Amino acid sequence: MFRTCPRRWARCKTLWGYDAVIMIFGIPIQAFLGQLLIGLINGSFYAVLSLGLAIIFGLLRVINFAHGAQYMMGAFVGFLLLSWFGVNYWLALLLAPVVVGITGIAIERFALRRLYNLDHLYGLLFTFGLALVIEGGFRYFYGTSGQPYETPKLLSGGVNLGFMYLPIYRGWVVVASLIVCIGTWLLIEKTKLGAYLRAATENPKLVQSFGINVPFLLTLTYGLGAGLAAFAGIMAAPIYQVSPLMGSNLIIVVFAIVVVGGMGSIMGAIVTGYMLGILEGLTKVFYPEASNIVIFVIMAIVLLVRPAGLFGRDV
Amino acid sequence: MTDKQLLLSVRGLNAWYDESHILHGVDLDVRKGETVTLLGRNGMGKTTTLRAIMGILRKRTGEINFDGQDLMNRPLHHTARAGIGFVPEERGIFATLSVEENLMLPPVVSKSGMSVEEIYTLFPNLKERRDSQGTKLSGGEQQMLAMARMLRTGVKMLLLDEPTEGLAPVIVQRIGEVLQTLKERGMTILLVEQNFRFASKIADRFYIMDHGMVTEGFDVSDLPEKMGTLQDSLGV
Repeated sequence: MFRTCPRRWARCKTLWGYDAVIMIFGIPIQAFLGQLLIGLINGSFYAVLSLGLAIIFGLLRVINFAHGAQYMMGAFVGFLLLSWFGVNYWLALLLAPVVVGITGIAIERFALRRLYNLDHLYGLLFTFGLALVIEGGFRYFYGTSGQPYETPKLLSGGVNLGFMYLPIYRGWVVVASLIVCIGTWLLIEKTKLGAYLRAATENPKLVQSFGINVPFLLTLTYGLGAGLAAFAGIMAAPIYQVSPLMGSNLIIVVFAIVVVGGMGSIMGAIVTGYMLGILEGLTKVFYPEASNIVIFVIMAIVLLVRPAGLFGRDV
Repeated sequence: MTDKQLLLSVRGLNAWYDESHILHGVDLDVRKGETVTLLGRNGMGKTTTLRAIMGILRKRTGEINFDGQDLMNRPLHHTARAGIGFVPEERGIFATLSVEENLMLPPVVSKSGMSVEEIYTLFPNLKERRDSQGTKLSGGEQQMLAMARMLRTGVKMLLLDEPTEGLAPVIVQRIGEVLQTLKERGMTILLVEQNFRFASKIADRFYIMDHGMVTEGFDVSDLPEKMGTLQDSLGV
């Protein structure tokens, strides 16, 4: 026996042109899989962003509130490179993280470094202020309305997956973010530089006493984290518009994800990023009214039951 | 003894933890190839002396010369490059690194260091467990690992903080053998040790610390006649 579409799926019949609807928990499977995929795409951004935050927090113990602004800067650098110099998407995908990474290095070198000896709260306040300044600056020049960024030719168009129409670019976002997450994870878990980072996260003084230039490592790490945010930003540019406030809309969710994953846990940030993205997507299917808060509800529960986070080590 | 070349010379070393003044002018010398032990009761500044020499403790004044180089105004990561390796009391084995990663972590500072094969010959346990998580090792193995990773780097001098603390007698004996081997290879060692029996077997010279100062220094040959004062000042 087939049910007709519920009211909010009224469009589905014309969209997919089917007569028989396969149901999953009382939801058409097409809607279910479609939202699963959209959740995965959002999760891709969450994962890359929370990964950067986790790396920075792990080593620097700074809660980088400028992360959203750095994400926005990544998108803007791509946009400006295109409109000023005609630099295409692929080159921008490389250049935007480098440019924003360098500004991150400058921020660490000249400002954040001076705050390490103070309470961690100062790092948070500084980066929060910095985010407001950066976003305010961009808003002054570009206003709050978004600037469009064209999808690169190679990735435009879409494929019909049977259960949904997938724009190729969004599929690319999932693949690219997976590559970046796995690459970063391998860098941290499997290389010598990664061993320095892990060791310095545990005991920076001792690592420095071994002859390793830990202050330089901190600078590099902040640059890497900012670069990751910028990478997410330039990837987001063709999907969302390039706007000065695009980061501040997203960053609070990403903070919640880092808390759920466990502050400073690399694997936790990646897995939780994808997981909560998907969960948020599925909530849109089952109970759309809750989709904006589901991540925060999870965060509250995790904080109560397991304060160190799902992947965090107990302190 | 005096004909041996001076490697480490500390003069008038003062050091502070925040506002508390811990070292009040420490003077000590260590010559090449010597093993020198700092003795003293708890809280007299032995560990602080090592941390101040290493530069982990930054709030310090005085003079520290090592192998002809002034160490006072250098950043922490230059001390190891000058040729000093520090093995902390808590051993400092990293939980997020495997045994082998722990071993390979400190950068090599000179070619005179041991090869990984030599280290595994000296510490067969570490070879067996090289893929384990660093902190899954027993206390004794962690101590061995903490020493082993410094030997790979080719440092000229080791600062060892209580290497036998909390370890079973058979492990303490093993650590004694390792230190003996190192001495034979010409390693210079500055040792902080509560286990006086252990220290008396491997040290060439002793300094006694009291309230942040070195109050006395003597050779191992003078040990029998010093036993009386030692018993008073250390309670050994």
